[in-house]
Amino acid sequence: MFAPLIAMHIPDGFLTVPVALVGWIVMSVVVGIALRQTRHQLGERQIPLMGILAAFIFAAQMINFPVMGGTSGHLIGGALIGILLGPWAAVLVMTTVVAVQAVLFQDGGLLALGFNTINMGILAPFVGHTVYSRLCKVLKKELAAAAIAAWLTVIIAAAATALELAISGTSPLDVALPAMLGIHALIGVGEALITVSALAFIRQTRPDLLRTAVPIAKGSGWITVGLVIALIIAFASPLADSDPDGLERVAEDKAFLDQAEDAPYEILPDYTVPFISDEALTTIAAGIIGVLVVAGIGYGVARVARQNETISQT
Amino acid sequence: MERFVAGSSPLHHLDARIKVIITLVLIVSFVLTPAEAWPAYPLLWAVIGSLAAAGQLGVGRVALRGAVALPFMLAALPLIFTTPGQPLLTVFGSTASEEGLARVIAILLKSWLSVQAALILTMTTPFSDLLWALTSLRVPRTLVIIMGFMYRYLFILSDEAHRLLRARSSRSAVLPGSKAGGGLIWRGLVAGSMIGNLFVRSYERSDRVYTAMLARGYQGQMRISNPPPLTRRSLVWGALPIVAVILIQLMVLWWSR
Repeated sequence: MFAPLIAMHIPDGFLTVPVALVGWIVMSVVVGIALRQTRHQLGERQIPLMGILAAFIFAAQMINFPVMGGTSGHLIGGALIGILLGPWAAVLVMTTVVAVQAVLFQDGGLLALGFNTINMGILAPFVGHTVYSRLCKVLKKELAAAAIAAWLTVIIAAAATALELAISGTSPLDVALPAMLGIHALIGVGEALITVSALAFIRQTRPDLLRTAVPIAKGSGWITVGLVIALIIAFASPLADSDPDGLERVAEDKAFLDQAEDAPYEILPDYTVPFISDEALTTIAAGIIGVLVVAGIGYGVARVARQNETISQT
Repeated sequence: MERFVAGSSPLHHLDARIKVIITLVLIVSFVLTPAEAWPAYPLLWAVIGSLAAAGQLGVGRVALRGAVALPFMLAALPLIFTTPGQPLLTVFGSTASEEGLARVIAILLKSWLSVQAALILTMTTPFSDLLWALTSLRVPRTLVIIMGFMYRYLFILSDEAHRLLRARSSRSAVLPGSKAGGGLIWRGLVAGSMIGNLFVRSYERSDRVYTAMLARGYQGQMRISNPPPLTRRSLVWGALPIVAVILIQLMVLWWSR
């Protein structure tokens, strides 16, 4: 379909080199974790299952249905595969799809691969899986939960795309974000329809796949909720009050601020990213980079802590 | 695509690792080029053009195919109006600026050049060579092998999808003059069932593939043959485009001073 093509796969030239590098780093970390998690989960089956399901997503995207005026809709697939396989396996499947599409068909750029993977291959499965599994408990209606989850994955991926373009200065946020959200609110309905109907088919023919193939990923809910909240805060931060924080305010009033010294090294001076000139955008960018770094460190600490725990238990 | 991969030009024979590195260096260089450095763009295109010629791919064909990503420019177009600068013309109360137009054109040129670089890599390198090049460039082996599996089953499952589509069209015969099919929601649900069907078939295929692998002694490890050593010839030829873009970038730096 025309619309997801223009909206989702970012070509090279639209992201600046530093922004693209951030995407590559985040992608490498998450895919590294996903590789280890799925090997744990699937063992020897990891390679054939992941590879063939990646080919499945690619083929499923060819199944389109006429919408109107010659346009047609098709699946993106992040939510469906996230619901069916759990988030980590879905990350691996979708990453493979996005990478092979970029290399073989120039669908999305090579430098932009990091953020394309994040949008369609990381955010979508995590949001899809988490929203689905939480809503299933609340609503008691699996298909309704799947519909909402699928719609949300498209919206969040679109918002993330608009944000990345804006940070790169290749698309104005105040125009692009409403436009992207508007188009994708509609595309998301198509995604929801297809996802629900595919799940209904699978439930009728192979209900065992739904039960066995969804491992409950420990902590994935927290990861998703945390990431989404953090991104929202990062979004909203430039809109917030520009007054400095409490301590700085007191320091200013009592006139001892000038005695303070800058940290010996500053990667993001005053929460701005040096190469972005627009004030609001640079704060957003700095916020997101900070969030991701903190999340990465937190994850690492938690891992080490858990390893120590298991060692002390044995 | 395969038609070009089978060629025997000097570019086809170049080591795949070197081609991957050249492609990445070229794309980074395109993206780094400042918008105002207009004379740099024809020079950068000359590098792409000579690579396309060296690969016997047809300079014009590569240039045309490089335009695949242009629909994405819709995302950049509003910049014409939002960038402050010399007013150009006013449409519906919003003013287009010269600076804005320049920025959008620069983004499009960068995108066009980058797609061509990626195309040249894909058109001159068999996918299997690309895969071992990725492993020797430190991409995780498991991920590379999964990509290889995807490639192997891509065409089989696409054929499966085409059969599903053909079956749908044969079921959907329409009398001339009468309205075809159900409503939009119904059409979406039909497509969804087809995808559910395709998932079950793919999952079951992966079961069969896995048992076939086990029967042949698969123990969770895949072997990839070792890549051939880098030849000095490959290094020398591979250095040429990289040196060319570095020289162009130095020229840009010198101009902008």
